[in-house]
Amino acid sequence: MAECGPLTIAGREFGSRLILGTGGFRSLESMAEALAASGAELATVALRRVDASARGSIVEVLEEAGCTLLPNTAGCFTARDAVLTAELAREAFDTDWIKLEVIGDERTLLPEGSELLDAAETLVAEGYVVLPYTNDDPVLARRLEDAGCAAVMPLGSPIGSGMGIRNPYNLRLIVERADVPVILDAGIGTASDAALAMEAGCDGVLLASSVSRAEDPARMARAMRHAVTAGRLAFESGRIPRRLYGEASTPTEGVPELT
Amino acid sequence: MKVRLNGEPCEVREDASVLDVVAASGAEPEGRGVAVAVDGEVVPRGEWDEFELREGQRVEVLQAVQGG
Repeated sequence: MAECGPLTIAGREFGSRLILGTGGFRSLESMAEALAASGAELATVALRRVDASARGSIVEVLEEAGCTLLPNTAGCFTARDAVLTAELAREAFDTDWIKLEVIGDERTLLPEGSELLDAAETLVAEGYVVLPYTNDDPVLARRLEDAGCAAVMPLGSPIGSGMGIRNPYNLRLIVERADVPVILDAGIGTASDAALAMEAGCDGVLLASSVSRAEDPARMARAMRHAVTAGRLAFESGRIPRRLYGEASTPTEGVPELT
Repeated sequence: MKVRLNGEPCEVREDASVLDVVAASGAEPEGRGVAVAVDGEVVPRGEWDEFELREGQRVEVLQAVQGG
């Protein structure tokens, strides 16, 4: 996917601007197929209590696919739990990278801003590359960047909702002010949502449910790959201004008088 | 003695180490994607063997799963 430039986070280059969340796939096989179709080079992984009946190793599948692991702190409601989860992830996966999630509400799964910032500050001080999942709040995004986060990852709408980008104006404000990569994280429902995020100037898109819970995950993963590339190319190309009235593209001079 | 393994009571021998409990949990001790916390503190993999547990300690043995 070399059609548009690479995504660079904390000095590391990724050929794809699509990051795949691995939650919600019916099987590891389905995940592997979608991963290949998506072209993603970075994929999330979570930590849960050992289930002795679980078969297969997600780590092996992702590594065989040449994917870089991005552990998350999903399910944490406090900075303390998120920091401990990040420390466990560093042990488990041998990486300093962490997708930081601190949730404030079980129904909407929206981030808890103050705990998130608190956890981000602690983890940055401990040497982590922190990628925080945040609200579409330009001020909080700025605070997270100032705290030393390697990217900011605003939501389009709640996790798994498929509601797309509900506040494109806020997203635009975040993109305009950010000096670190902006990754649209959560809320993508279909390909046009991903394209819209990229057209708005996001550096990348992180999505899971829209692919993993689609009827045909691998096919949707391919759609997302094209959407992210198309959106990025459009952003880099300088779109035409919106006009209230039409403007003919065919010359208006030399029109014959036929009747 | 008794410890708590992933929220459940678990009977282990007196000088049980973290490594023993990891094995009892069904996790693959050599496998990547496994991490352990005892009473809310991370125990690095290199210390599993020597870390002796005490009665009543809370051991969380975690593994990689799909998510995010």
